[in-house]
Amino acid sequence: MELISPTEWAKDLVLAIQEWTYLAARSIGNIFRHPRYVSDTLQQADLIGVGSLPIVVLTGFFTGGVLALNAARTLEQYGSLSLTGQLVSISMVRELGPTLAGLMVAGRNASGMASELGSMKVTEQIDAMRALGTDPSKKLVTPRVVATIIMLFFLTIICDFFGLTGGFAVSQLGLHLDAHQYWNNAYQTLEFGDVIIGLIKPLLFGFLVATIGCYYGLTSRGGTQGVGRATTQAVVAASILILAVNYFTSQLLLYLLK
Amino acid sequence: MPAPVAPAESPARTTDGQPQSAIVFEQVSISFEGNMVLDGISFSLERGETKALLGVAGSGKSTILKLTMGLVKPDHGNIWVLGQEVSAMKEEDLFELRRKLGMVFQESALFDSLTVRDNVAYRLIEEGVPEDKIQKRVEEALRFVELEHTLNMYPGELSGGMRRRVAIARAIVDQPEILLYDSPTGGLDPVTSTTIIELIVKQRDVYHTSSLLVSHRLQDAFTMATHYFDRGKNRMVPVNGAPIDTRTSFLVLRDGKVIFDGSAHELGTSRDEYIREYIS
Repeated sequence: MELISPTEWAKDLVLAIQEWTYLAARSIGNIFRHPRYVSDTLQQADLIGVGSLPIVVLTGFFTGGVLALNAARTLEQYGSLSLTGQLVSISMVRELGPTLAGLMVAGRNASGMASELGSMKVTEQIDAMRALGTDPSKKLVTPRVVATIIMLFFLTIICDFFGLTGGFAVSQLGLHLDAHQYWNNAYQTLEFGDVIIGLIKPLLFGFLVATIGCYYGLTSRGGTQGVGRATTQAVVAASILILAVNYFTSQLLLYLLK
Repeated sequence: MPAPVAPAESPARTTDGQPQSAIVFEQVSISFEGNMVLDGISFSLERGETKALLGVAGSGKSTILKLTMGLVKPDHGNIWVLGQEVSAMKEEDLFELRRKLGMVFQESALFDSLTVRDNVAYRLIEEGVPEDKIQKRVEEALRFVELEHTLNMYPGELSGGMRRRVAIARAIVDQPEILLYDSPTGGLDPVTSTTIIELIVKQRDVYHTSSLLVSHRLQDAFTMATHYFDRGKNRMVPVNGAPIDTRTSFLVLRDGKVIFDGSAHELGTSRDEYIREYIS
């Protein structure tokens, strides 16, 4: 493996951040510029939203279930088993729903975007597009960013709902809790701030997933091996950033909504 | 209101304000990762002229085409295309100019998820041309390259030669003012190569499009210089002393510099040792 000097590594990192920032800013700026690729956006929304639905539903359901299972063990010691719904609800809506949906979409779609755009890059299709007078950031990046932001928002709501349903299934079938009590606890414990936190996060995560996937795709080089590398890097970067941004967003929003 | 600023030291213009040359390179240099690829090269391509760019692999021929398109920016020097200084233009402003240019990429660069019809129609669809006109122009372009029957096929279903012909159809569908061919015969068998060269000659002689052609095959460039397209016979025929100017010149690159810029005859009679070895 080739060793890179720390200075070169730092320079490359700063350059990558600069290029990603420029691409991300352009992808948002393009929303207000002509031409707008509405049909491409709808196609991406279908690929990202409908395509990710099964994994988001399953992830939400089983995470909610395991949350209820683990929470019950602790709550039982204090005789508060009835608060299971409350714990599942807060955890899913505020943290796990957005994060897990974001990670699932990152794994599925950031990699898809990086490999698709990366293949186009190494086969000169991106240059051909530019040569034909089309701005790839408008045609390829903005539709993906817009579609991911919108669809991740709804996928998070679905993930939250199926998380609560998973928790309910365990509470009902395993813990024999009262259904009305579970849902009432889960609903009553949620405050306006919790819902706001849970719904702002997917907007940020969607933006990160799409811009990172597109950035790695558009900057990939070195043939098929380069495309593979770009795909891996996109998933790793998007996943780490989702977790980091999740922490700082929680901190900030909890402070602001206190 | 401030008066519009004219481009500084722009190339010579005709009386109606149009630049005389289709493409002008002035002292253009570019390097990639510390390697100097082009080192202060200057040349011009006149309107209606075809210039074959020759040189060994890595001599910067394809880079010249990408610089012309504004796909890469030079480190130094100025490039004018159709009177506009592409080396000083922003990416957003270049898209309009690029619509007047056509480019055939080395590996065709067809969009593999689109059919042949949608590949050829790409530019027209983007410009919002009505569907009936798109169909007519796509069929015309595909008829020009004799591939009308591939309309609904995908690039992956075509042979290498067919893909190059579709790439030519895509480049000419909007009748651009300048065509850039990047090794259009690279990796093809001699028969298919001759078919491609015939199409390029046909485009040159029927539509008088200015073009830059990168080629590794010297015989292709010489064929272009010594043949013209006979519309009556609908094929390429040798000039054979007829008073026909094929308007084809040669530019030879070596170590990032232009070592020859002239006609086929001048190239053939050059005394430069490297050129003699190159063309032998």
